[in-house]
Amino acid sequence: MAKILMKGNEAIGAAAIKAGCKYFFGYPITPQNELPEYMSRELPKAGGVFLQAESEVAAINMVYGASGAGARVMTSSSSPGIALKQEGITYIAGAELPCVIVNIVRGGPGLGGIQPAQSDYNQVTRGGGNGDYKLLVYAPANLQEMVDLMQEAFDAADYYRTPVMMVGDGMIGQIMEPVEFKESVSRFELPEKDWATVGTGNKRKPNIANSLFLDPAELEKHNVKLQEKYATIKANEARYETYNLENAQLVAVAYGTTSRILRNAINELKEKGIEVGMIRPITLWPFPEEAFDQIPASCKGLLSVEMSMGQMVDDLKIVSNGRWPVYFYGRSGGMIPTPAGIIGKIEELIGGAK
Amino acid sequence: MTLDLMNDKRIRVIIGHYGSGKTEFAVNYALALKKQYDQVALCDLDIVNPYFRSREKADMLESSGIHVISGALGHSANLDLPMVSADILGPLQNEKTQVILDVGGDAVGARVLARFRAYFKPGDYDMFCVVNANREQTQTVEGVLRHIEQIEATAGVPVTGLINNTHLLKDTTAETVLEGQKLVVEVSRASGLPIKYISALETVIPQLPENIEGIPFPIRMIMREDWM
Repeated sequence: MAKILMKGNEAIGAAAIKAGCKYFFGYPITPQNELPEYMSRELPKAGGVFLQAESEVAAINMVYGASGAGARVMTSSSSPGIALKQEGITYIAGAELPCVIVNIVRGGPGLGGIQPAQSDYNQVTRGGGNGDYKLLVYAPANLQEMVDLMQEAFDAADYYRTPVMMVGDGMIGQIMEPVEFKESVSRFELPEKDWATVGTGNKRKPNIANSLFLDPAELEKHNVKLQEKYATIKANEARYETYNLENAQLVAVAYGTTSRILRNAINELKEKGIEVGMIRPITLWPFPEEAFDQIPASCKGLLSVEMSMGQMVDDLKIVSNGRWPVYFYGRSGGMIPTPAGIIGKIEELIGGAK
Repeated sequence: MTLDLMNDKRIRVIIGHYGSGKTEFAVNYALALKKQYDQVALCDLDIVNPYFRSREKADMLESSGIHVISGALGHSANLDLPMVSADILGPLQNEKTQVILDVGGDAVGARVLARFRAYFKPGDYDMFCVVNANREQTQTVEGVLRHIEQIEATAGVPVTGLINNTHLLKDTTAETVLEGQKLVVEVSRASGLPIKYISALETVIPQLPENIEGIPFPIRMIMREDWM
C-alpha cells in the first residue's frame, strides 16, 4: 500500500482498527482529540463501537468490562486524563486483562498545558495506580514506528493478559507524516480467550473478571504469579535502538520526539569531531538494560535528554550501576529541546571532562 | 522570476481538508505577497488545531513586516479555546491592506468564517481550497468535492480556486505533485473552479513540466523544524 500523509492521532486510530480493535471508549482532552474523533467516524465502519464516556474514569471501566468479555479494546487520553484512569488501569492489571491505552503526553503537573511533554515517564513506568503491577510501555519516535508497533501492542496485551500503554508526546499526536500500513504477521501465538466472560452455555463454571482477593495467601500467590509474568515480559519485550555508539565519548539517552532532536544534535557534533552515541528506548518498561552493555570503553558518561525534568535519570542510574556518571538535559512545560541546546550541554560536559 | 500575486483578490481565504498544508501555503504566500505589497496581514483563524498554527511563526513573519493576528490573548496563549482576535476587522475593513485568512481544517475549521461573511463580496475575495491528494479524505474527486461543498455551506460563500499542494513532506518528488495534479485537474473539470497554484518545495518546482495547469508556487517548509 502506498504512503499517505496522516496526523499522528489519526494514524494511531487507523493502526488500531487495522490491528483488530473493535471497541473504543474515551473522553476528550487536547492534544489527542483527533484520535477519538477518528474512531467515532471510522470504527463503526469496521464493525466496531465508539462510545464517548462521561469521564475518563467511566471510559477505563468500560475498557475493563469489554476486555473482560474478550474484546480488543482501546482507550486514549492525555496526561491528566491518564492520571484519572489509574484506578481502572490497576484493576485491569490485577484482573489480568488485555487492553491498549494511548497516552499523548502534555505538560504538567496538574492541568499543565497543551503543548508536548514527556513528564509522564514516572506515571507510566512506576505504576500510577496502586499495587505491584507493571505496564508494557511503548514509546515510538515517529508515526511509522507507532503504526508498526500497534499490532504488536494489541498482540502483546492479549498474549500476556496485561494492559499495554502506547506513549507519544503531544508532537507524536499532532505531527503530520507519511505512513504506510504494512501487512504484518503476529510474533505471538495467541491462545483462545477461555477466560472471557462470554456466557457459560451451561457447560462450565462462570468466568469471573476480578481484582479482589480477600484471602492474603491467595493475594500473595496472585502477586507472585504477576511478578513471574513481568519477569517474562522484561526478558522478552525490551526494545531499543542504538546510534553512533562506536568511539562515543558520551552516550545520550532519549525516547520519542526528543530522540529525533538528539539525533540531529549527534550528527552536528560528529561534523565537529565529537562522537556522541544514542540509546533510544522503544519500550520505557521494560527499560532496555541490555543496550547499555554495548557502550564502548571510550564513554565517560550518560546524558538523559528529556522533555521533562529528569524523570528518566533514576533509570539511567539504576542501569549504570556506578559504571558511568549520569547527567541531565531537558526542557519542560511544552518547550521543545533544540539541537543547539543539546549541543551546548554536551560540549559543556565533554569540555569539563577534558 | 518573481511570482505575480497581483491577480488575486485583496482578501484571500485559505481553506481545505485538515492537514492539506494550508498553513504552510499561507505563510509562504504571505512572505511572497509582502514582496509586492506594503501592507500585508496574515490572520490565523485556526480554532481547531493546538499545534502547527501560523502564529507559531509570528516573530519571523512580523520581522518581515507582516502583521500577524491570531487569538484574542496573543500569539503565545496556548489556550484550548476557539477565540479569534477582534483585530481581524482592521485589515478586513482597510482596503489598503492585503489580507490572508489562514483557516482551520474542514468545515469545522471554516465555521469561524461565517462571522466575517459580509466582507467576502463577490469579486473582492478569493477563497482557495488547498488540496493534498495524499490525505486520507481527499484522495478522490468525490472526496475533494465533498470537502468543498461542506466548507462552502459552512462559510456561506463559494470557493474561487484550487491549489494543488500534493506532497509527502521531505519524500515529495515531481511524480508526487503530478499524481496530485491529475486529481486536481479532474476536480477543476467537475467543479468549474480554476487551478490557481501548484505549490511544492522549491527543489521540486523546477522538475515540473512547463505546460502544467496553474502557476507553480515554490515553498519552503517553514512550519517544520529541521529535525522533524
